[in-house]
Amino acid sequence: MSRQEITVGVGGEAGEGIGRTGDSIAKIAARHGLHIYAYNSYQSVIRGGHVWLRIRIATEKIHNHGDHLNVLIALNQDTLDRHLREVDSDGWVLFNTEVVRVPEDHRGDLRYCGVPCKALCKDLGYKPVMQNTVLLGAATWVLQLDFSYVEGVMQDIFKHKGAPVVRENVQVAWRGYEYARENFPPIHSPFPRGPKPLAVTTGNEMFALGAVAAGCKFYAAYPMTPASSILHWFARYGPELGVVVKQCEDELAVINFAIGAGFAGVRALCATSGGGFSLMTEAIGEAAMTETPVVVINAMRGGPSTGLPTKTEQADFWQLFGASQGDYPKMILAPTDALDCYYTMAEAFNWAERYQIPVLVASDLYLSEHRETVDPADIRFDVPIDRGESALREWPEDREYKRFADTPTGVSPRVLPGTPGVCYTAATDEHDERGILISDVGTDPVKRKKSMDKRMRKLRFLRQEIPAPQVIGPERADVTLVGWGSTKGILIEAADRLTRAGISTNVLALKYLYPFPSDGVMDVLRRSPKVIVVEQNYTGQLMRHIRAETGFLAHGAVRKYDGEPMEPAYVVQGVKAILEDGISVFPGE
Amino acid sequence: MATAVLDVIQEIRDVPVEAYEGPVHPDWCPGCGDYGVLKALQKALAYLQIDPSQVVVVSGIGCSSNLPGFIRAYGFHGLHGRALPVAEGIKLANPRLHVVVTGGDGDGYGIGMGHFIHAMRRNLDITYIVMNNQIYGLTTGQVSPTSMKGVRTKSTPYGNIEPPVNPIALALMSGATYVARGFSGDPNHLASLVAHGIRHRGFALIDVFSPCVTYNNVNTYAWFRQRVYRLEDEGHDPSDFARAVEKALEFGDRIPIGLFYEIEVETYEDLEPAYKRGIPVDQPLGLSPEEGARLVQAWM
Repeated sequence: MSRQEITVGVGGEAGEGIGRTGDSIAKIAARHGLHIYAYNSYQSVIRGGHVWLRIRIATEKIHNHGDHLNVLIALNQDTLDRHLREVDSDGWVLFNTEVVRVPEDHRGDLRYCGVPCKALCKDLGYKPVMQNTVLLGAATWVLQLDFSYVEGVMQDIFKHKGAPVVRENVQVAWRGYEYARENFPPIHSPFPRGPKPLAVTTGNEMFALGAVAAGCKFYAAYPMTPASSILHWFARYGPELGVVVKQCEDELAVINFAIGAGFAGVRALCATSGGGFSLMTEAIGEAAMTETPVVVINAMRGGPSTGLPTKTEQADFWQLFGASQGDYPKMILAPTDALDCYYTMAEAFNWAERYQIPVLVASDLYLSEHRETVDPADIRFDVPIDRGESALREWPEDREYKRFADTPTGVSPRVLPGTPGVCYTAATDEHDERGILISDVGTDPVKRKKSMDKRMRKLRFLRQEIPAPQVIGPERADVTLVGWGSTKGILIEAADRLTRAGISTNVLALKYLYPFPSDGVMDVLRRSPKVIVVEQNYTGQLMRHIRAETGFLAHGAVRKYDGEPMEPAYVVQGVKAILEDGISVFPGE
Repeated sequence: MATAVLDVIQEIRDVPVEAYEGPVHPDWCPGCGDYGVLKALQKALAYLQIDPSQVVVVSGIGCSSNLPGFIRAYGFHGLHGRALPVAEGIKLANPRLHVVVTGGDGDGYGIGMGHFIHAMRRNLDITYIVMNNQIYGLTTGQVSPTSMKGVRTKSTPYGNIEPPVNPIALALMSGATYVARGFSGDPNHLASLVAHGIRHRGFALIDVFSPCVTYNNVNTYAWFRQRVYRLEDEGHDPSDFARAVEKALEFGDRIPIGLFYEIEVETYEDLEPAYKRGIPVDQPLGLSPEEGARLVQAWM
């Protein structure tokens, strides 16, 4: 079966049910066993504004939301006016004729499918909020999806409102479906069904589930887009799973709650976005100094300051890297897709506990909030859990206990508070092996150096454990695209298109940012005649990091910082511009 | 209850504290009020016969915040102003532990003020002892949030123009369920307030006049001795909220110490839904396949 693919855009103003329409299409497709990847572009308003959701549906796994549009569902005039030009030739435009007018000078290469929603459903108690359901029904026909799944989805959405409301919505959707069947030809033959239904999830949900699978028992947060949906998931499921979930007064409290819980011996997680992470930074150093394991997710959004609350960016790397004063051991991970978000949590907790360090996880709005299908069979619950020497509940009476014992790896056995026979203080002031924090001890140059050496030694061993970076695509290529975190799926598709256009391209998608796997990265970069670093920020934070860690200066950079995610076409265009025009940074000023 | 504080004073006077002696002697200035607080806490723990390994003493930054290093117990010495959130995290993860927070007025009523109010309204079972010397000692004598109006310090050479925070009134208004004030110069009374505070189910604040003998030459032992009186000696009823508020506002020629207010209500731990599965630190890690499948099912 050759790959089939359709991209649908749904737009309107906040409050018109765009999210629900989009989620419904995603769910219906996933229940067919089809894959989806969706991205919601929204604004920081509760009502009004322009909300725009793009859902890519395919018969095979897809890794980004694409860069084109086959079907436009316009819930208001604004959406039609904004997005008509983006629809591919022979594409489809679905709208309510009672609300949206096709302009006089409209494109002639599109199929305009107007549905008179109210007239069609006036005997069913039609209300204007139902137009999205009518259009959903019509879209189901156009996309050749099975209407029986619409009934199931309506059941999911409206069952809390009672059976009559479910019935009413199913009927309204059916009218839309019937009208479309009578008036519009479908976009293609029926979508072939996949072998089994798929789960529709987000990066944030996968972080949360992954954390719980990894043994997380404490989650703290202060609401902040785009991290909030992690809190919502934990708030919903935490109590029944035995996870204490705490919404704190601010991010200063959040991280310190998590450190307290980590100190007491549970796997503790917190998440925020850049602004909240700024508030947390002092405590990141506290975790490192007291050698308390903690995992922190920073779901980046556009900055600086409160910046773009609802838009994506990858510009907090330096903040993660430079978080907190002084030198201290830490780890920075940048997961690359939904499944990776899940498994990264187990890695993060294991590393945090085994090395007794803070582990910082960089996500971004695109990764955290996008919707993606995942095969449930790919979500293994028996993830490896390795606490190292970090949660000891007893200590032999005849052995002296030193909490910060100087060891070959820098990792000291950690006995949990409450363990009889042992007492120690974990101090954020400099201290010796026993944890003594009086000034005479902490400021003694010999002891200070010994303590620093012990803590920093962890990095040497940690670095050895980091998997070598793997190049995706051919071993040797004309161009190597280097990116980090969420852009992996976009880079792979861009590389594929470039290769098909005659520019052989491979991808180095970095997940382990600190400690940096310099040797492995250099092995890849050294082979490539043209290294182009692609990232979603202005200053090229990864590019500079690579230079700092390896001395390697990339040949060019594709950057984007307008708030909207990278798209394969943008990367392709950027690479071509660099190769053909000889510029070094695309788009440049 | 008022008499209970006085009853304990006799019993607590001679209780042996060796079991709670820390690995080093404090490096506080000779005569510092914090010595009395340390001793009071040790006496309280000894009186209550709590094993040192079942206690976590949490602090922030400052002279007084070095206390965890001087007592035999588990300790966490954290950041300036952030002791309470750490303590709350510890308590939520392992509510079996006795969690005592020690710090100064700058730490608790200045940089940590937000956490202070929220911790009290949550009513977690935590004991918070604030060594209030009305000055920033470790940073060599700047004005603190409890410094009196008019005082001259390194950072207020022309006199402090801000009125002080009233921690007792603030605690009463924020929902603290045990509100007391002690004085380092009356160590057995203080020890009995601490013991009752630790035994109290819920958030206990014990504000302590703990004179800084180096940088505060106004609020000295002698200054307090002339003014303080025990609420217990005057038959104050700590269940009377309105009267407690009235007493909290008394600060001048006569300054009350003792138990202002105590009420027993549900603690945060009583309501925490996750405890239905048991104490977090005792939970097995991970998800069963059934649990996991059920969670994924919600996405199907």
